[in-house]
Amino acid sequence: MAVISRGFTGRRREPGPDLPPGQFLTRDFPVLSAGPTPEVDTADWQFSIRTDDATLHTWSWDEMMALPIETVDTDIHCVTRWSKLGTTWRGVSLDTLFADVETTDEFVMAHSYGGYTTNLPLEDLLDGKAWLAFEFDGEPLEPEHGGPVRLLVPHLYFWKSAKWIRGLEMQQQDEPGFWEQNGYHTYGDPWREERYS
Amino acid sequence: MTDGKHVDGNALAGPLSEVFDFDVTSASARCASCGDTTELARAMVYEKPHSFIVRCSHCDAVLMVILQKTDATELDLRGTAWLRAPR
Amino acid sequence: MAATVSKTSYATPSGRVIELDVPHWPGNLAGQHLDVRLTSEDGYQAARSYSIASVGSGLVELAVDRIPDGEVSPYLTMDIMPGDQLEVRGPLGGWFVWREGATEPVQLIGGGSGVVPLMAMMRQHAAAASAVPFRLLYSARTDDDAFYAKEIDDLAGPALDVTWIYTRKGPGSWTGPIGRLTRETLAAAVIPAAENPAVFVCGPTPFVEAVASWLVELGHDPARVKTERFGGA
Ligand SMILES: Cc1cc2nc3c(=O)[nH]c(=O)nc-3n(C[C@H](O)[C@H](O)[C@H](O)COP(=O)(O)OP(=O)(O)OC[C@H]3O[C@@H](n4cnc5c(N)ncnc54)[C@H](O)[C@@H]3O)c2cc1C
Ligand SMILES: [Zn+2]
Repeated sequence: MAVISRGFTGRRREPGPDLPPGQFLTRDFPVLSAGPTPEVDTADWQFSIRTDDATLHTWSWDEMMALPIETVDTDIHCVTRWSKLGTTWRGVSLDTLFADVETTDEFVMAHSYGGYTTNLPLEDLLDGKAWLAFEFDGEPLEPEHGGPVRLLVPHLYFWKSAKWIRGLEMQQQDEPGFWEQNGYHTYGDPWREERYS
Repeated sequence: MTDGKHVDGNALAGPLSEVFDFDVTSASARCASCGDTTELARAMVYEKPHSFIVRCSHCDAVLMVILQKTDATELDLRGTAWLRAPR
Repeated sequence: MAATVSKTSYATPSGRVIELDVPHWPGNLAGQHLDVRLTSEDGYQAARSYSIASVGSGLVELAVDRIPDGEVSPYLTMDIMPGDQLEVRGPLGGWFVWREGATEPVQLIGGGSGVVPLMAMMRQHAAAASAVPFRLLYSARTDDDAFYAKEIDDLAGPALDVTWIYTRKGPGSWTGPIGRLTRETLAAAVIPAAENPAVFVCGPTPFVEAVASWLVELGHDPARVKTERFGGA
């Protein structure tokens, strides 16, 4: 039986009106790291989408910057219970990147520099729901926040917005990524509190 | 690669006491990726909510993941090839 | 184990020494830590590690520095009172410890609250009247921020050589430099690598990181340098 520590409340605030259950508002941008921060130079950076028939679509930094760039205003929700409202990002929509990709697979494994993986359904990346983001609040995305480029999938818990994104691999089945193998929920909807499996 | 956020393997002594009944941080572990063999106390530990990610201090590969669930502690030892506990 | 706070005292403007009464405490080695777990009324829990400044059996002494915006350290340094209960698990860790039988010279290097486990080692060394040479290099923000300053001054002498580093301000009588520890100051203050000392480095992660890499550059055998990172970036 746990001993109650008199007066201890923990770092939790009142829930706000726009917040998913169990979240509190933060003004700063906490960094949650699970390993060293990979240093990726934009000159070496490359992004690829690999389909089941082993077709590889790749973009260099310059090629990505030549694509239409969108500004995204959105709220973000971290599984560690902080939420940040009204953040501004700039990046390329995944609809643009998938325009010429032909696939029948319905799932995606996101791969990062540094070796992380996370799995997502393809439909969660399309129709204006996901971006490759390289700017946050008007500044280039810092390495500790996933720069030079991270995936941005704001309607899911933020670990799905893979930092240091390197590529997407189409998969037939929803295989779990690094986080999901280690106890995180396979889908991660903040409004349904899908934190841990 | 730089990162100031980790602590040493020493910090695992408490969480791992739920799995081993000796001080496993004094044990030597061999990294399955690079073969480096050193005391677990020297590994790099990143704490996340409900889990600890333990990395090789030589090559950064994940040596083990400790998951703290409400009803159990789970240990994923994929990255550890071998463990030697001093008597 | 349920521990009861038996006494607290303000050691520094932001730090507090906490003495715990832990029934059936088996005693601890110098350098070990324990895990504190706090539970709120509604069942929310948070756990953190704290080094033990005391050695042996009896009351268990912790010294905690307040991290602004931290979850646990502000509670431990500002809210708890004698009589309050905490859950502790320990003693923990058998690696970052100094054992009385060891014969090699010992170099202790602490930054901020990182002096806590080193304090246990110095106390045991003094209690045993050990002839093993001990040296301490202690880096604190200011003289007011140094934990155990008076006790360390009292212990300093032939058996314990002490070098102070103040990064912002020293005591009134201080004529030495003010500023961060540098590789040169470190090289001048520590037991040379040729004497094969056992080295214990403890403090905030960036401090430990810098010191450990300098020590290796200065020729210390990495296998003889033990570190305890407290976290922070
Ligand atoms: C083995 C071990 C022994 C320890 N012994 C002691 C001890 O004797 N005395 C002591 O005061 N602390 C000690 N610590 C650190 C302690 O466990 C906590 O990390 C610290 O008290 C902060 O907890 P918090 O909940 O207040 O902050 P958190 O809510 O965990 O963190 C708040 C913010 O502060 C940063 N932060 C966390 N820790 C530090 C730090 N040490 N320095 C600077 N920034 C930090 C975090 O990155 C975060 O951004 C020890 C840690 C370990 C692993
Ligand atoms: Zn390795």
